[in-house]
Amino acid sequence: MSDIAARVKKIVVEHLGVEEDKVTENASFIDDLGADSLDTVELVMAFEEEFGIEIPDDAAETIQTFGDAVKFISEAA
Amino acid sequence: MFDLTGKAALVTGASGGIGAEIARALHKAGATVGLSGTRVEPLEALAAELGGRAHVLPCNLSVAEEVEGLVKRAAEAMGAVDILVNNAGITRDGLVMRMSDEDWLSVMDVNLTSTFRLCRAAVRGMMKARWGRIVNIGSVVGTTGNGGQVNYSASKAGLLGLSKSLAAEVASRGITVNVVAPGFIATAMTDKLNDEQKGRILTAVPAGRMGEPAEIAAAVVYLASQEAAYVTGATLHVNGGMDMV
Repeated sequence: MSDIAARVKKIVVEHLGVEEDKVTENASFIDDLGADSLDTVELVMAFEEEFGIEIPDDAAETIQTFGDAVKFISEAA
Repeated sequence: MFDLTGKAALVTGASGGIGAEIARALHKAGATVGLSGTRVEPLEALAAELGGRAHVLPCNLSVAEEVEGLVKRAAEAMGAVDILVNNAGITRDGLVMRMSDEDWLSVMDVNLTSTFRLCRAAVRGMMKARWGRIVNIGSVVGTTGNGGQVNYSASKAGLLGLSKSLAAEVASRGITVNVVAPGFIATAMTDKLNDEQKGRILTAVPAGRMGEPAEIAAAVVYLASQEAAYVTGATLHVNGGMDMV
């Protein structure tokens, strides 16, 4: 797993309080990992901080799964 | 009674009668205060009166960019914004048939839109901290209405809706959002009324007197306190019984 994926996973595990093995490529934050809409906003804020990037609102809406997040951040960071 | 030691509070409209008293009360309870307003001199005088733990943060709430930057400046000055008191408000009274768009919009901008912007900026830090208090200062006319004040009363009623909706959004993160709705309070604004006008108003107030700014400030301190953690989306009416809702 890439360094970015590992850091993203750590944030997701800590924030949502889920088991690490549940955080798979296609795991949806809301449908599979129990996030509510506020959690998704907070996750995006945490990603922005961790990676020093800006994630615009329209981009944030497309980040639905763990894989989406890693892909977006890999391209932006 | 309520201890706000270690908390940082941003108060808008701190140059006015009620805002200054709110800042004094929060400061007395131990909070560091950020004093915001358009007029710098009274803010500096208040900061000097309070001594330490007071920061002057001038801001024109009708200018979007200034509003966007205020929370950031306050957080830089105080380390955080744990408590946000949206107290600033203006009036542009007039009968509806004679009210210009400008009078409508300027009141909406300062009283309602700036509150939205400040809340939006402040909840970010509060969500991370898992603690926050937002107190919006409404008005009795937000629930009763008042001839000549369609703009002002609409803006204050709007604050109630904003506060309840925001309260629902952030309650799970330890952030409360409440309204204090003053009735007739003795300030520079009400000093301008003559005795006959005052007399007429007071017939509608069961308490038989105007309220004091300190009585508004006390309500704010309560809602900002740890003890009020389970109170959210509420409106605390401080009006001497003028409107019992």
